[in-house]
Amino acid sequence: MTLHADTMHQAKPTVAPALPGWLAHLAKSRETALFVVLVALIACTGLARPQFLNLQNLRDVLLNVSIVGLLTAGMTVVMLMRHIDLSIGSVVGISAYGVGSIFVAFPHMPVVIALAAGIAIGLVAGALNAVLVAIGRVPSLVATLSTLYIFRGADYAWVSGGQINASSLPEAFSKLATGSMLGIPTLALIAAAVLTGLGIYLKQFRGGREHYAIGSNPEAARLAGIAVERRVMGGFLISGAIAGLAGALWLARFGTVDASTAKGIELQVVAAAVVGSVAINGGAGTILGATLGSLVLGVISIALVVLRVSPFWEQAIQGALIVAAVAVDTLLARSLAKRMMRKRDHG
Amino acid sequence: MANAGRSAKAPRRSVHLTWEVLLTVILAGSLAFGRLLSPVFANPDNLGNVLLDITEISLMALPMTFIIVMAEIDLSVASVLGASSALMGVLWHMGLPMPVVMALVIVGGAAAGLLNGWLVVRLELPSLAVTIGTLALFRGLAYVLLGDRAVADFPTSYTAFGMDTLGSSFIPLPFTIVIVAAALFGIVLHATPLGRSLYAIGANASAARFSGIDVKKIKLRLFVLSGLVSAIAGIIFTLRFTSARGDNGEGFELAVIAAVLFGGVSIFGGRGSLYGVLLSLLIVGILRNALTLVDVSSETLTIVTGLLLLSSVLIPNFVALRRARKDRLPVAAAKR
Repeated sequence: MTLHADTMHQAKPTVAPALPGWLAHLAKSRETALFVVLVALIACTGLARPQFLNLQNLRDVLLNVSIVGLLTAGMTVVMLMRHIDLSIGSVVGISAYGVGSIFVAFPHMPVVIALAAGIAIGLVAGALNAVLVAIGRVPSLVATLSTLYIFRGADYAWVSGGQINASSLPEAFSKLATGSMLGIPTLALIAAAVLTGLGIYLKQFRGGREHYAIGSNPEAARLAGIAVERRVMGGFLISGAIAGLAGALWLARFGTVDASTAKGIELQVVAAAVVGSVAINGGAGTILGATLGSLVLGVISIALVVLRVSPFWEQAIQGALIVAAVAVDTLLARSLAKRMMRKRDHG
Repeated sequence: MANAGRSAKAPRRSVHLTWEVLLTVILAGSLAFGRLLSPVFANPDNLGNVLLDITEISLMALPMTFIIVMAEIDLSVASVLGASSALMGVLWHMGLPMPVVMALVIVGGAAAGLLNGWLVVRLELPSLAVTIGTLALFRGLAYVLLGDRAVADFPTSYTAFGMDTLGSSFIPLPFTIVIVAAALFGIVLHATPLGRSLYAIGANASAARFSGIDVKKIKLRLFVLSGLVSAIAGIIFTLRFTSARGDNGEGFELAVIAAVLFGGVSIFGGRGSLYGVLLSLLIVGILRNALTLVDVSSETLTIVTGLLLLSSVLIPNFVALRRARKDRLPVAAAKR
């Protein structure tokens, strides 16, 4: 696997001279491109409405993006292997309600245990997905669409019209969203820690690299001795655990949780991943890219409010952006691959 | 190697054939279940409700079956429904006569499908990613058109269509459109060269292209058809509830896809029948109706949808595994 990573690194510099400078750079590091887009977005909005650049707005962006960013990272791990996890919205919902009801029963539960409980709920859900996909041989789109329905239905049956209110949560837990360290909300710090850890795992560790190998060519990965099933199961466990954690954080952030919490968020998350140039066909994408993707979408939604654009435009703009991102991404990747082929043949 | 491939495929096909038989049994079972659960269930009025409730989803499931058989997907159908509903409200308020409004809405739906098809066929983008984008885009356009307002003052001569039944039978008028469309789609899929070529494309798109099938043209047309049919579903939905709203039909895309997959169509394309899909639509509709009659909340019922969907893959997989084991059994016995 290290061999694979090495050849990939070596391949890049040899490609660069064949491309016009800016295009090469964009194609080589889509993260840079995304970062430029993000900065331009913030700068333009700031220029048009200087009041945009206040601490409260930036804080809001961070809080909003933390949860979606976490989920997008989990989705990235799964998408890298040509799978998809549509059940995360339902897992967030059931975990948020689960942690909330534990708080109702034990009001003095420590915060760490609450987060662990969320992760545990997510792991159980992720394990079910993992077994269905890796052992039951159910295509992940079908398996997680089913569990989306099953978990959400179970959530409705459990909640049956009730809800958890902020008043049942201890001060220390709500502090996760309201409190801050060095001016950065605690919730965002937790998210950043998880994202960094996951990013390093995918980039530096053998297990992480294997996710890319599986997504690039599952058959080749199997022949190369990679335990594909084990990695796939691991991916769904990671995605589930993160969704569970996100559920607990959702509870801390919003305080009120009912049976429809986080309904439909899976499409937002897939959108953020796609904008962050994680390939839907697997094999390409980084946690940094995914996080930048969710940041771009998050900044846009707040910028629209600041620019007093009717909120009804938000979804249409997001949709257009997703389509554009997919198109640019695929076309760039294709032209890069063509150039590499030409170089190999005539080089 | 070729032989091994063929023999591995043979049991799979027979499993697929029995899936429709199994669905027929489940359909009979769910009818009996409904009868057992509530005395009201078998009333003609209620049976009419069962059909009425699945009208739009059934309609959208028809082109979706074609698209999934072709190994593509269209997640934007429910958003096209919503955008069509919103467009219908806006055009009606502009004072256009109703037939013109409906014609324009259908053209709009076809245009939406054309955008999907163009992105998938000309730019060769993955349809899953494209239609997640247009899902948001078209739903967004619905909100742009109508905001959170609702248009409800459609002429009663048209809205009555949503409540009437066919003659003195219990079949609701809107559902007759489904019956006619289903017959047409069934004939095309199972009795024409075009239908066979859909399976060929789904099984292996490049092989289909080399055998002279114009894959791109067919794909483009099917996406247009999907948009067009979704627009018709939008019109029916709007008239049925006498309300044009931007959020009409939100989330229906998953119900449509679930119904198609439960009907035995493979998500990888190349396998499935329209008959299975129709059975699955009826089963889901009947179970939902029966359980709602005994006051199970409709949200909880999504568990049933999920379990049915899972079983549609797990059961054939399990049967195939058993067969594979049985095939190997004589060898093992001989050794012993």
